[in-house]
Amino acid sequence: MKLVEAIVKPFKLEEIKEALTKAGIEGMTVEEVKGFGRQKGHTELYRGAEYTVDFLPKVRLEVLVPADSAAKVVELITESARTGKIGDGKIFVTPVDEVIRIRTGERGEDAI
Amino acid sequence: MPFRIIEFISEEGDKMKNVKRLLTYALLSFMVGIFLSGSLWAQENPAPAEPTKIEAPATSSTAPGVVAKKEDPGAAPAQFTQALLEQLGGAKVAIDTMWVLIAGMLVFFMNLGFASVESGLCRAKNAVTILAKNFVVFAAASIAFLVLGWGLMFGDGNAFFGTQGLWFVGGADNSPAMGNAYKGVYSSINWTGVPLWSKFFFQLVFAGTAATIVSGAVAERIKFGSFYIFSFAMVALIYPIVGHWIWGGGWLAKLGMFDFAGSTVVHSVGGWAALSGAMVLGPRIGKYSKDGKALPLPGHSIALATIGVFVLWFGWFGFNPGSTMAADAGAIGRIAVATNTAAAAAAISASITAWMLLGKPDLTMILNGALAGLVAITAACAFVSIPSSLVIGLVAGVLVVVSVLFFDKIKIDDPVGATSVHLVCGIFGTICVGLFAQAEFTPNTTGNGLFFGGGAGLLMAQLAGVVGVGVFVLPVSLLVWKIIDATLGVRVSPEEEIEGLDVNEHGNIAYPDFVTVTSRSSTIIAGTTPGASEEAVVREHQPAFSKGAAS
Repeated sequence: MKLVEAIVKPFKLEEIKEALTKAGIEGMTVEEVKGFGRQKGHTELYRGAEYTVDFLPKVRLEVLVPADSAAKVVELITESARTGKIGDGKIFVTPVDEVIRIRTGERGEDAI
Repeated sequence: MPFRIIEFISEEGDKMKNVKRLLTYALLSFMVGIFLSGSLWAQENPAPAEPTKIEAPATSSTAPGVVAKKEDPGAAPAQFTQALLEQLGGAKVAIDTMWVLIAGMLVFFMNLGFASVESGLCRAKNAVTILAKNFVVFAAASIAFLVLGWGLMFGDGNAFFGTQGLWFVGGADNSPAMGNAYKGVYSSINWTGVPLWSKFFFQLVFAGTAATIVSGAVAERIKFGSFYIFSFAMVALIYPIVGHWIWGGGWLAKLGMFDFAGSTVVHSVGGWAALSGAMVLGPRIGKYSKDGKALPLPGHSIALATIGVFVLWFGWFGFNPGSTMAADAGAIGRIAVATNTAAAAAAISASITAWMLLGKPDLTMILNGALAGLVAITAACAFVSIPSSLVIGLVAGVLVVVSVLFFDKIKIDDPVGATSVHLVCGIFGTICVGLFAQAEFTPNTTGNGLFFGGGAGLLMAQLAGVVGVGVFVLPVSLLVWKIIDATLGVRVSPEEEIEGLDVNEHGNIAYPDFVTVTSRSSTIIAGTTPGASEEAVVREHQPAFSKGAAS
């Protein structure tokens, strides 16, 4: 089992969700995060004084998949999240030792 | 604050350029101002003359809306003086003036209502820009109406616009003299016995309302500067021209059209301009799915929207009852109750309609419902009975819900429903005068409407008003938008729209909730003392927090 974690531009979330659900992914977790990579932040003004905001709003989404689907999911996210401009985000794939569905106690791939 | 100074010096190059540019602008506008006021004083400085003998207002029974014949415009005009006030029976003038000013202040307060509703119904990333628009639009309206708007609207002239006393409300005027006693160039508004500047103030806040309606429909995608310019054009030209037709003794007034407090003059005009803006701009990114379905882009604060509607409802008690422009004891209470009844009925019918059509009593629809009732009763409030106002409100509440769904369907994206509330219900309210008016309420004006045995004459005049105003305002405001689009552009870039207009247009954010992400405050959290070292971190544009964590 793999955990695919993607940090993407917030307005791309709908598209990614659509692409993944269309491919049969049944669940995901998202959260609003802030961060920066190579994309520079921007400046803001407050009462005439300028200050720099380095951390830009992003969305992190986590999808738990059987190991053999990870590549497909990565591909789908890459396609749907890409704008071609700096700041499109990153995807991390990590192995997962165990998954448990709390309601039934199912374990492993059955619990995904 | 020493670090600010350091910052200023080290960015001298950029900042000096800005300062120079600012100074140039300031100098230019100052010169334009001098020029304008110079020509004003040269042409129209009303010579202070001694008060002429005039009748007491009680003897002049000119009814509202009826233009009294001017006897001799060339005669030496009197100015408003204390002696004149006493001659007129000071108490009545004073009480009327108080009422008109208090009502005008209530209408001014509606700007807060609009700002709250519109910002609440937009997303957080665009909150600053919508608030900024709602704020500056009243400033723009104030200046535009002072410089030219009032003169075009109320100055004596032809059937289409005023030609006398155009600039800076500079024409001769001996208000509060009324009716035949009136000597001056603003005779279309001589039916009210208050001094000129009270008339002006009350009409000004109305003009501001018409202009602020536009900001909601064009929200979340319009360039701030382009909106600014449109607001000036709206209040200097479009609004006063239509206003002259109906309230300034123009062709619709002569045709016998009645619009007591402005369902057409204020709300339809604002609504048409709003519609044209939404048409030119096109829908916001993400409003429609690929298969053309309208998607919700939920506003960021329903609490703010609710407060705004309460403020508007409150302000309307100045808008409608104040339009008597006199403390007319017999009328103002009834008009207040008619206004309230329509709003309440519309809120109820909108909740029921939303419940039936959408499955849930959507609060945004209920809020728009109350506004719909208020807009609809605005034209008719002085001419109809309380039961009639109930019926008008009930229908308006249904109309607005259906209308919001309709505009979504035909792909006109109006983020706050301004078109549905102000245009659709403004038209409906104007027509209602022709249906529900009863001669007894405001004698010598409307007579009876269709439902009360008055025949279709009044209804036809009302319809002529609706069509005439639409045929003028929609194309003209489309033209103004197109001109602005061709020169400055009206819409921000897709990137700016996605990131939010606040950062890109204003450099501000409304809710700096995650304050630790700013360099300056994260430095403080990282434990360095404020002062030179903090400034050094900011200068490097480095993420201080992560730097601190790394070391």
